[in-house]
Amino acid sequence: MSNDWPLFEVFIRSRAGLEHKHVGSLHAADARMAIEHARDVYTRRQEGVSIWVMRSADIIASDPQEAEALFEPARDKVYRHPTFYAIPEEVKNL
Amino acid sequence: MYTQALDNPGSEAQPADSGESGGRAARFQARIDVDEKIEPKDWMPEAYRQTLIRQISQHAHSEVVGMLPEGNWITRAPSLKRKAVLIAKVQDEGGHGMYLYSAAETLGISRAEMFEQLLSGAAKYSSIFNYPTLSWADIGAIGWLVDGAAIMNQIPICRCSYGPYARAMVRICKEESFHQRQGFEIMLTLAHGTPAQRAMAQDALNRWWWPSLMMFGPSDAESKHTAQSMRWKIKRFTNDELRQKFIDITVPQAQFLGLTLPDEALRWDEATQHFQIGPIDWSEFQAVLKGNGPCNRERLEARRAAHDAGRWVREAAAAHAHKERMRASAAVPPGSAPEPRVAP
Amino acid sequence: MSATPATPATPAASLQGTTLQIDAHCRYVLRLADTSLVLAQRLGEWVGHAPELEEELALANLALDLIGQARLLLTYAGELEGRGRDEDALAFLREPTEFLNLTLAEQPNGDFGQTIVRQWLIDTWQLCLYERLAASSDTRLAAIAAKALKETRYHQRFSSGWLVRLGDGTAESRQRVQRALDELWRFSAELFAVDQVDERMHAAGIAPSLTELAAEWSARIDADLSAATLRRPAALPYPWQGKRGVHTEHLGYLLAEMQYLPRSYPGARW
Repeated sequence: MSNDWPLFEVFIRSRAGLEHKHVGSLHAADARMAIEHARDVYTRRQEGVSIWVMRSADIIASDPQEAEALFEPARDKVYRHPTFYAIPEEVKNL
Repeated sequence: MYTQALDNPGSEAQPADSGESGGRAARFQARIDVDEKIEPKDWMPEAYRQTLIRQISQHAHSEVVGMLPEGNWITRAPSLKRKAVLIAKVQDEGGHGMYLYSAAETLGISRAEMFEQLLSGAAKYSSIFNYPTLSWADIGAIGWLVDGAAIMNQIPICRCSYGPYARAMVRICKEESFHQRQGFEIMLTLAHGTPAQRAMAQDALNRWWWPSLMMFGPSDAESKHTAQSMRWKIKRFTNDELRQKFIDITVPQAQFLGLTLPDEALRWDEATQHFQIGPIDWSEFQAVLKGNGPCNRERLEARRAAHDAGRWVREAAAAHAHKERMRASAAVPPGSAPEPRVAP
Repeated sequence: MSATPATPATPAASLQGTTLQIDAHCRYVLRLADTSLVLAQRLGEWVGHAPELEEELALANLALDLIGQARLLLTYAGELEGRGRDEDALAFLREPTEFLNLTLAEQPNGDFGQTIVRQWLIDTWQLCLYERLAASSDTRLAAIAAKALKETRYHQRFSSGWLVRLGDGTAESRQRVQRALDELWRFSAELFAVDQVDERMHAAGIAPSLTELAAEWSARIDADLSAATLRRPAALPYPWQGKRGVHTEHLGYLLAEMQYLPRSYPGARW
């Protein structure tokens, strides 16, 4: 059993209506401590209404090597963007 | 300034990628040239990674050791407001250390390793924190001069090429501005106080001025690594540029305080439109960097003692967490899905 | 506040304005203020020396909250006293015999376990106390207590969490924290020792009943001890009198350090 405290990633929702944003990481022995540490380190200036912590080891990330395959194909599918479509000015609410 | 020891013999940052694919290195440099941010899992030259690890961890160590000279006066702060503000400042510094260790950990080194490097004396931290805080005025001088110098260095790093480091610096810079203001305010109160308080302020300035100038490090003309660091957008301005900027901003502030800078050669140069200072005693700087400053031993001893004394605490927390995990998995029948949890 | 109103022999209203009542009121507030102040001073000593960087920040947070409480309470006490003393005059220029903090608060930090036990005992007490003070007939005190209550909930969560980790951690940690508990337990009796000041304040609807508080405190303590697998020490009702200005030798040193600058430079502004 390791004596190291595992690394946790911290996500904070700074205001109601916003998403949780990744703000950094910290070490803690358990989840309860991680929340408390996150609160102590990342919300000192009233920057938080909600905290998520997760063990860094549990994060599943896309592989930068696959960035091309994962993200390039979306580039030429511009029809997903609203600006691709030409709508006459007189038509409202579109 | 947190990278004062980068150029010492033994620091292996090589200027060019040796043995790494020229194509990849060129593509990497191209990203940097257009101000693209490098993120943790992106390919990077090994020398870039090592330089960053060293720079970021030295910066983190500086914050953590820096808590000591100021922490020294928490119990003796002369008013409740000053006490509260000082605690908040030192707390910020601890937090900054944490943001930076966090950023360094994304490069493949652990906090435990970095801390071990600090405690063993292998890692360096900013020379300035090896000076003692001998009076309350020192707290003012540190906020005004040391944090002032730090801000000068930190703002450009907010645009450095490595994402996590840049983002940590943005956070730090937002918090830093109160530090310098509180220091200057202390100096102002003392300078306009009783004769004894004025003398206290002048004495502090006499002791902290030169070490603050040395924080920026020696002239880059003597460094072969500056060029590479600048190409990689890890370093954005030379030591001399930053030092000069600091001098030009700070001298009028000292004049406003009615205090005298301990430099008989100090003068305004009409031609260059800069303040010229007298010679810096770099032998003192080198001595401090090597471990022979006034407080090097005490600073490391304090951190080592705290770390050792805390070992049983860290172990207990880890042991308890382990017990809880064992209990949790014993309570859940095999095959059932775990409930999403809110931490208690 | 307790559901049954106090029924003193003399209605509370007629005591208002008398010197005794003002004095009792002022002393009551000072007791709360000094306990927070002295505890904050102790926590300030940990900066730079905690077991982990994260705990440095946590302990500093606690200290900041407690200083905030102390400042509000001291300012109020100074107004009640009516001699023109502000928060700093009260903090930095009173003698040890004039400090009315709980004896427990001035005990040395010792190791992290001892600091946690001291913190937890006081946090739990403040939690029970502020919950009730938030309904005090003294609206100023009620407002201060309501604000402090939010902070204290977090403090109690922090200190009881650590009590459990240390009590139910390793054999060494359990031994250390049990020893700290055995050492500090004797100071807990003072938390609920009722004297004239307490009685006057309770009669006036300002302060809750310490006897009621004691029962709730005891129940919370037992719950945490059980989770921490620690033994509740035997009761040791030594009549500590920190509340009345009679302290242990520790307070003198603590105040000498804390007060040295304003005392050395009389009249100076900082």
